[in-house]
Amino acid sequence: MDFNFMSASIPLYIKAAKMTLDLAVWGILSSLIIGFICALIGYYKIKILDKIVRIYIELSRNTPLLIQLFFLYYGLAKLGIKLEAYTCAILGLAFLGGSYMSEAFRAGLEAVSKIQIESGLSIGLTRWQLTRYIILPQAFAVAVPALGANAIFLLKETSVVSAIALADLMFVAKDLIGMYYKTTEALVLLVLAYLILLLPISIFLTYIERRVRHAGVGN
Amino acid sequence: MAKQSNEKVLEVRHLNKKYGETVVLPDFNFEVQRGEVVVLLGPSGCGKSTFLRCLNGLEEIQAGEIKLNGQIINADATKWHVVRQKIGMVFQSYDLFPHMTILENILLGPIKAQGRDRLEVLQQAEKLLERVGLLDKKEAYPSQLSGGQKQRIAIIRALCMNPEIMLFDEVTASLDPEMVREVLDVMLELAQAGMTMVIVTHEMGFAKAAADRVIFIDQGQIIEEATPELFFTSPKSERAKKFLNIFKFNEQVS
Amino acid sequence: MQAWGISVLFEGQNLFRLVDGLSVSIRIAAVSIAFSAVFGILLGVLMTSRYRLIRYICRFYLEAIRIIPTLVWLFLFYFSLTKILHFHLSAEFASDIVFSLWGTAEMGDLVRGAITSMPKHQMDSGFAIGLTKLQVYRYIVIPQALRRLIPSAINLATRMIKTTSLVVLIGVVEVLKVGQQIIEVSILKTPTASFWVYGCIFFLYFIICYPVSLFSKKLETKWQQ
Repeated sequence: MDFNFMSASIPLYIKAAKMTLDLAVWGILSSLIIGFICALIGYYKIKILDKIVRIYIELSRNTPLLIQLFFLYYGLAKLGIKLEAYTCAILGLAFLGGSYMSEAFRAGLEAVSKIQIESGLSIGLTRWQLTRYIILPQAFAVAVPALGANAIFLLKETSVVSAIALADLMFVAKDLIGMYYKTTEALVLLVLAYLILLLPISIFLTYIERRVRHAGVGN
Repeated sequence: MAKQSNEKVLEVRHLNKKYGETVVLPDFNFEVQRGEVVVLLGPSGCGKSTFLRCLNGLEEIQAGEIKLNGQIINADATKWHVVRQKIGMVFQSYDLFPHMTILENILLGPIKAQGRDRLEVLQQAEKLLERVGLLDKKEAYPSQLSGGQKQRIAIIRALCMNPEIMLFDEVTASLDPEMVREVLDVMLELAQAGMTMVIVTHEMGFAKAAADRVIFIDQGQIIEEATPELFFTSPKSERAKKFLNIFKFNEQVS
Repeated sequence: MQAWGISVLFEGQNLFRLVDGLSVSIRIAAVSIAFSAVFGILLGVLMTSRYRLIRYICRFYLEAIRIIPTLVWLFLFYFSLTKILHFHLSAEFASDIVFSLWGTAEMGDLVRGAITSMPKHQMDSGFAIGLTKLQVYRYIVIPQALRRLIPSAINLATRMIKTTSLVVLIGVVEVLKVGQQIIEVSILKTPTASFWVYGCIFFLYFIICYPVSLFSKKLETKWQQ
């Protein structure tokens, strides 16, 4: 292995890692918002909207991100909807992640027992107060591990955006292989970069998951 | 016990409750005077719990009317969350909110639903906690409490709303035997203090001690209604006799 | 011409070619699903082993596969391994290996979950009525574990089908590549070709994966009762 080459390439990887993280953060945040709204719509069975949410979730869950990105980036462009690759990537991640987050939130909401809801009602809480003080806090606690797993999943999925020419980690590695044939070096750095990004998050989540499980929320 | 007045707190006329095609309560008539303690008895599935749940709107009713303090509360325009502030209810399963401390559990309703002053409610809550001997648990979470302690807190949580009437739905049914007593004692004390109560229970000894009136229900209908002395010593109907016999057997065995 | 962009799908053999392209990634998925089913069960059983060392090794394998994006694994196997082994791996074969390794890890975790979620008293009551260990497994453990396992295993299969779309990025000629070729040929005649072609591929994936997920959901609700 060419260590000089590797150390010279590190700045490139740092720049690319910033792009990967940037996309992941925005993608995860928008997924959380979309997922939260969709889950509430489904949980409270809001007319018409819940049908739309259902269709969205099925479309999102049963198609690959890569195809979603190609459709957004190359397909829509030809209809006059020209989106930047960066916007497309976040849209794609949000479209994909929204359904995953929604299912995680939804499972949390469903885990709030009927008796909890009835007790809330019997002390005279309104629907809104019930949601705010009883349902959401409990649902959220149950959903945290799944939300975290989805966040990691989305961070990993960002590796696909290099296909629409965004300069993320994957893209840099491909570039180095293409230009200098330093395959092993480029890939070792790539793996290291992902490990540095993902390992701490993964360990932190395992810790959170344990804490949530011990909190004994929802019996 | 001559504590009750002739003022009807709760009045139910021709209540009809169905689940789809199954009729649970065909035509239920019922009233409670202020300060009265009514115990509902009956075999499981007889509709007594469903009846309690109808009273605070947790179950929709198909026909009939429910009056609280002379006012109809089951109209379409009823704001149930307002009505429920006057009706305290305690359930069979421990229904404390697991993500809140004991104090937060108790304060939630009075502060958020009733909009009362925090300091005032806090004083009341602490007084109540002290009365049941759980003041030192106020910062604890429900998971740190025993079943009996949880149920006592659940009673206080309802009491702190200053309800007109309290409903108890088999509150000791899922407790370990040694904890039943501590919960029943709290209820008995409440009854003696003049609280209006409707209680569904299988604790016959408690029913004898606390009730002003016992109502025996089977298949959604009132079969017999009497003072506890009369009901337990000389039940009139065959079904009530049979029901009491089963309990006698149980008590002998255990 | 623009309004008739959809006709690009029906020109010549285009639609057939797309489906044919899709069959390439489906074949990779099928091969890896088959391998994952077999080795996944083995891994899952090993993960519940009495020996801590075996459990740790299996756990390490699972976490190592999981933490790295699948696309990176594809690159590692296709480019690096070829270089290290001085032996040219075809992109398709590299894909088969990567997806089998990944599927085995995920399947192993599902199997482990199905086995360990079995309440102990279930086995005890089996022994209590005088069943042998083999009979307890045959009549009590395996049927219940399967009910837990099968819906999630089917879900894993759809995930694998979706993820095999990545193989185009290491040069396997599959549906996306065929799509690009069709678009290149017809771009002058039909400027909106890419919308229709990518839309069609999107739809193709959906009609393959949706019924499968639906089936798994059905099984899950049916068996939960």
